[in-house]
Amino acid sequence: MAQPPGRLASRAPAAGRWKNLLYSQRLAPYFFIAPFVITLLAFWAVPLVRTFVMSTQNVMFGEAAFVGTDNFERLWRDRIFWQAMYNSARYMVLTLVILIPVPLLLAVVINARLGSPRLKNLFKASMFVPALTSVVVAGIIFRLMFAETSTGLVNQVIAWFGADPVRWLRTDIGGLVALLALATWRYTGVNILYFLSGLQSIPDEYYEAASIDGAGKLRQFFSITLPNIKPTMVYVTTISIYGGLAMFLESFMLYSGNSSPNNQGLTVVGYLYRRGIEENDLGYASAVGVVLLVVIMAINLTYLTLTGTFKKEPR
Amino acid sequence: MSAPTTTTTSAPSAERATSGPGRRRYPLPRAMFVTIQSVFLAVIGLIVLVPLLVIFVGTFQDGGEIMRTGLRLGVDVSSLRLDNYVMLLTDSGLYFRWFANSVGLTVVQVAGTLLVSSFVAYGFAMYDFKGKTAAFIAVLLLMTVPFEIMMLPLYVMVNDLGLADSYGVIVIPFLAASVTIFFFRQYFTGIPRELLEAGRVDGVTEFGIFFKVVLPISRPALAAMGILNGMVTWNNFLWPLLVLRSAEKFTLPIGLNTLLTPYGNNYDLLIIGSFFSLLPVLVLFLCFQRFFVAGMTAGALKG
Repeated sequence: MAQPPGRLASRAPAAGRWKNLLYSQRLAPYFFIAPFVITLLAFWAVPLVRTFVMSTQNVMFGEAAFVGTDNFERLWRDRIFWQAMYNSARYMVLTLVILIPVPLLLAVVINARLGSPRLKNLFKASMFVPALTSVVVAGIIFRLMFAETSTGLVNQVIAWFGADPVRWLRTDIGGLVALLALATWRYTGVNILYFLSGLQSIPDEYYEAASIDGAGKLRQFFSITLPNIKPTMVYVTTISIYGGLAMFLESFMLYSGNSSPNNQGLTVVGYLYRRGIEENDLGYASAVGVVLLVVIMAINLTYLTLTGTFKKEPR
Repeated sequence: MSAPTTTTTSAPSAERATSGPGRRRYPLPRAMFVTIQSVFLAVIGLIVLVPLLVIFVGTFQDGGEIMRTGLRLGVDVSSLRLDNYVMLLTDSGLYFRWFANSVGLTVVQVAGTLLVSSFVAYGFAMYDFKGKTAAFIAVLLLMTVPFEIMMLPLYVMVNDLGLADSYGVIVIPFLAASVTIFFFRQYFTGIPRELLEAGRVDGVTEFGIFFKVVLPISRPALAAMGILNGMVTWNNFLWPLLVLRSAEKFTLPIGLNTLLTPYGNNYDLLIIGSFFSLLPVLVLFLCFQRFFVAGMTAGALKG
């Protein structure tokens, strides 16, 4: 795979060092990855280090004073922070509960050999459309569909079943339902695509063999489909975990800003935004960021290690 | 994975299967299964489109009234009017300015990201060098760090350097984008090395090979990633919200968001403007559906 370095460099017209640089297979890769390394350092490493440093400081009006673990101790006793953590965790768990089984079921239905391919393609296209919608526009639409008057769409629909109008965004559970509806609407189609690409990579022979051996459809699903789409599962679960924990904009748009009744829509990132950007308390907000980063990395690493993904990650 | 063992056991039975009568057993009669499946898919597929339908209907309604009574179905047809369309074309303030800003920003971001990210990916795909594994693990790790964590220090940095309100700050940090690099690297590893050797024999520089030999045959990958990045940029909200200050520089999502205030007096524009901001992406999607799907599932291609 690797060409002996510099072999062809000698073939280059000898027009000085500069020209040779362009032909050097030993140096070329470093030029190629340089933009990434610069990006990594300037826009990831430096800000991350800065977050860690600021989390040990009290930053006010540009003056930073070292306060050790003070911010974290305050955070530990901060009731609103824990509420935000609870809201984010609850949202993450519930999106996992909805956005894994539902898209998987739909993908299996589409993937069945029976049925009109044309209808299936139309269905896939239609499910994908929400993913094209920006959070801003989707948030505006859902906010107005979950209006609290009896004339709002969702209240109209539940009225068909005899239910009274609900003041959706004014109540904790109502707001959660609206958020989950928004998430389900936006991400089901994308997850269907992920699962479909996983399902289509399973050879037909596996099912034929199982069928001959007398395994029913349900048995085939659990013994063949599920184990074989494990990589897709790992991927979808991982992005859902950090997407769920880092959720902010959905809530921001649904409540039309970062404040909601009794902070019911406040997430960890929302709290970081409030303390850091709205109140300019950079030290404290950085501590929130550090906690979030640690939690997300811990969950990701645990999950990836448990499922054995790490062993085969680097080529 | 258990793949190898399953393959060996399945080979002989697969032969038997083709000779047998019914190859697959369904719990229901075929016709019934197909009917249930079709109805199921059609109903869900239509429900999913309802939010877009109601906002489309909303473009013919009074914006202030929508804010009070919500978006809904079953609107009185005689109350629908075209005033909003007239307003959009004649008196929509900065709306088309924002639209143009979004278009321009998206074009520049997509072109830049495709160029820079594929350039980086080529280095990872085609060479072996010291530090490659570490650098590539960094690419993979960056794919899992949510931007939300970086926003505060980046915001502080931008303010310290006095770079707020500039488009450069929005574009440059995301030129070397980890997901795009990852995708291109996957694509490039499938390109036969003989092509590169041929180029070298012809005396083309290493960079010339990338630009003149590899990029031109990578059109499908460029299309998929162009679409993905275009969609993300067009809808990008959080970072531009933090960076941009002056209304003339706003992008569409930022501008629309400013219309959604309790004291707003232009809810007509909010509704019709939101609807029209969807159209470019929808039209592109209808034309290039294949590339959208390839782009969106890019991250999951590798197990």
